[in-house]
Amino acid sequence: MDEMDDILREFIVETYEGLDHLDRDLVTLEQDPSSSEVLGRIFRTIHTIKGSSGFLSLERLESVTHVGENLLSLLRDQRLDLRPEITSALLQMADVVREIIDNVEREGNEGADDYAELVQTLGRLADLEPSDSSCESEQGLDGTAESSPVDVPIEQSQTPDWGDALASDGSTSASEPEPQSPAEPRPTGGDSPRASVAESTIRVDVGLLDTLMNLVGELVLARNQILQHSATYGDSGVANASQRLNLVTTELQEGVMKTRMQPIGNVWGKFPRVVRDLALSCGKSVRIEMEGRDTELDKTIIESIKDPLTHAIRNSVDHGIEAPEDRVAAGKPEQGRILLRAFHEGGQVNIEVSDDGKGICPKKVLQTAVAKGLVTSERGARMSDKEMVNLITTPGFSTADTITNVSGRGVGMDVVRTNIEKIGGGVDIQSVPGEGTTLKIKIPLTLAIIPALIVTSGGDRFAIPQVNLLELVRLESEQAGKLEMIQGAPVYRLRGTLLPLAFLNRELGRESDCVPESATAALSTATNIVVLQADDQQFGLVVEEVLDTEEIVVKPLGKQLKGVPSFAGAAIMGDGRVALILDVLGLAQTAEIVGPGSKSRTTHLSENGESSGDSFETLLLVANRDGTRAALPLSAVNRLEEFPRDRIERSGGDEVVQYRGEIMPLVSLSEALGRAAAESDQNGRVKVVVVRVAGRQVGIVVENILDIIDDECVVADGSTHPGIKGPVSVQGKVADLLDVNRIVASVRSDLVAQEMSR
Amino acid sequence: MSDTRQFCTFHLGSLFLGVEVCHVQEVLRYQEMTDVPLTSSIISGLINLRGQIVTAIDLRERFGLDDDAPEAPMNVVIRAEEEVVSFQVDAIGDVLTVPEDAYEPPPPTLAGPTKELIRGVYKLESALLLCLDIDAALNFDATNTCSE
Repeated sequence: MDEMDDILREFIVETYEGLDHLDRDLVTLEQDPSSSEVLGRIFRTIHTIKGSSGFLSLERLESVTHVGENLLSLLRDQRLDLRPEITSALLQMADVVREIIDNVEREGNEGADDYAELVQTLGRLADLEPSDSSCESEQGLDGTAESSPVDVPIEQSQTPDWGDALASDGSTSASEPEPQSPAEPRPTGGDSPRASVAESTIRVDVGLLDTLMNLVGELVLARNQILQHSATYGDSGVANASQRLNLVTTELQEGVMKTRMQPIGNVWGKFPRVVRDLALSCGKSVRIEMEGRDTELDKTIIESIKDPLTHAIRNSVDHGIEAPEDRVAAGKPEQGRILLRAFHEGGQVNIEVSDDGKGICPKKVLQTAVAKGLVTSERGARMSDKEMVNLITTPGFSTADTITNVSGRGVGMDVVRTNIEKIGGGVDIQSVPGEGTTLKIKIPLTLAIIPALIVTSGGDRFAIPQVNLLELVRLESEQAGKLEMIQGAPVYRLRGTLLPLAFLNRELGRESDCVPESATAALSTATNIVVLQADDQQFGLVVEEVLDTEEIVVKPLGKQLKGVPSFAGAAIMGDGRVALILDVLGLAQTAEIVGPGSKSRTTHLSENGESSGDSFETLLLVANRDGTRAALPLSAVNRLEEFPRDRIERSGGDEVVQYRGEIMPLVSLSEALGRAAAESDQNGRVKVVVVRVAGRQVGIVVENILDIIDDECVVADGSTHPGIKGPVSVQGKVADLLDVNRIVASVRSDLVAQEMSR
Repeated sequence: MSDTRQFCTFHLGSLFLGVEVCHVQEVLRYQEMTDVPLTSSIISGLINLRGQIVTAIDLRERFGLDDDAPEAPMNVVIRAEEEVVSFQVDAIGDVLTVPEDAYEPPPPTLAGPTKELIRGVYKLESALLLCLDIDAALNFDATNTCSE
């Protein structure tokens, strides 16, 4: 049994790898349909999956890949031309294979769906071209032989010969009558390097690597301790040994870090597919190019940049690249180009997503930002073009277009920025109107070990991550008068600009210890100001003492301490004691140097004479069929999706749709509110807000998705319906604030009842 | 002979408390701690436990006891819900094997925080052993800055 599990696991891992290549290859193939090499690779991948699935008696997987293989072999023999329709079907097949493998991995079976429709489609596409009957019969024979499970193991054993024979066959008919030479090198080119790669690499459990990483972290600490001691010890033998220990540890640390490194190409692999699908649905033609696929990044970082990058690329296709006719009119090639670039620079990784689209008009961005109250018009007037463009990463900037078109995200570029900043990176946008936009992302190489500045407060040490650090300023006691006060708020003139100050002691609630009443008084000793960057705001943190910079291993805090905004984690110092790592942004927020969320936002609110940020919430605004608007908290929303109407099926009288491997019940919002009946389906697509109720996903069908807004919502009384908490005023118009649970309950009470009983 | 359970026992003021041994990772002498500002006084600090950072919880504060605390409390290191915390207690007792039928639910007359923190009482010959509810003991608002 265990042995079987091992084989299955191996199969799953291999298939995932194969699928990643498959997506990319299929898109490449579409651009260059004549490439028999790519076609051969696709064929081999599918063939391998089919063979193994037969061997492992995964019948559904086998049946799907079998028809796919037939279709591919026709393509390869040039009996069939590649059309977008076929590519789509093949991509769909790749999705289905992924779905089945997901199921196998999670539940140990292939899932309920038999994918008859896809099998039919693939079969139909393969049947369309009965040009050569001999081929047909060959395929037919092949098919019947393989569909009986008994023959499969035999088929499996024959796999390599079969595949290669077909491969050389294909190229013979594909290329000019020069039969052997192009055919011959390919099988060897395909197989022999793979064998050598297999010999020189092994698969390692990520958990083991994490353990190793932790151990190395400990070793780094021990080394720091020894270095400290040996400095005071003064024995040359110890000094030499510790010197060597130092070197070895550093190299070991680098080595272990490298094991966790993955080329960024692993994430990029899926982008050609994303671009193709999205471009197709927008009616655009877009080509994606990549530079620096081999640039390596820590695995955890790779994971966390996947979503922001996907989002950025979707944005580029959706909003950056113009429609083909506009491009031609602007004198550009019809096909848009997106360039992904990655490279190392100064200990950081730079990733750039650039498009040659219409660019961003700074004035327009500013207008929207002012209209939304993100900046005041006075401040906007003083902004450079670049600053204006970067406003689109301000929280709350997203526009209605972003939501409806880029289904599933729609929260705008601010999400990209927050996600990147979460891992200690930064985002910068450069745009030339008419020529294109470049999104530059800078991220650290690793998250586990970071350089930090150690400072003290009240005798305890605190670490400040160096990414937030701009500079250190030291004022001798006679210069203390340079600290000035504005209404009790201390500031310092740093090269002509005012730097707001915060006192670490005071922010940590240790006021009584030593912070003077007025900044000018009682500063008998020197003042150390650590100049930090939080969000877009610089501020100075006055600390008692600045000790040193040190490489620290970031450790998470326990659950009880997660809620304290001022601390990002903890680290063990050279002497074995624990020091807290300051969260600069959190600290700045508690010190009220930057407001919660966005500083400019709060000023805007106070201008309107409204204060209290209590009822501040991000709302998703949707439209009902009768034109009324409804809002639901974005926190309740999982995703925004669009489904073609024909994907909606019925089960027990209720509408359901198959979504991400589960059957998702659909609830019509208008119906739940007792308004008009079924939603209209202008273009055969329904817009669905996916929410999570009672631990499962439920789709709320709405007429249209309007916007995402960060607004103060004061719920007025006067709810006319149990599913409505009450009317709220959103952007000057009234919308009904929905109670998601009740809405779902009113149509599918069983779903919510489950939750109650739990 | 009915089922028995093993308890790691400790003293906290006048209270005689126990947690099941399966939750206890280890018992340590006083460890040096790093103070965590801005948090409730229940959090007594962070301990470096062989490279792992462990939150130390002052059980005295948690139980609301304010009579004289020992200078160097002992640590009972508990593994709870995928994380490790340390309870600071006055003194460590023995590991006791307790018959299941000596159990009784907490008496309704218990007052104050003790009522919520006790899962039950084991009637031993020499004393009453209070079974600590670990989840309840860890469920408090740490960001509470009542010290100000």
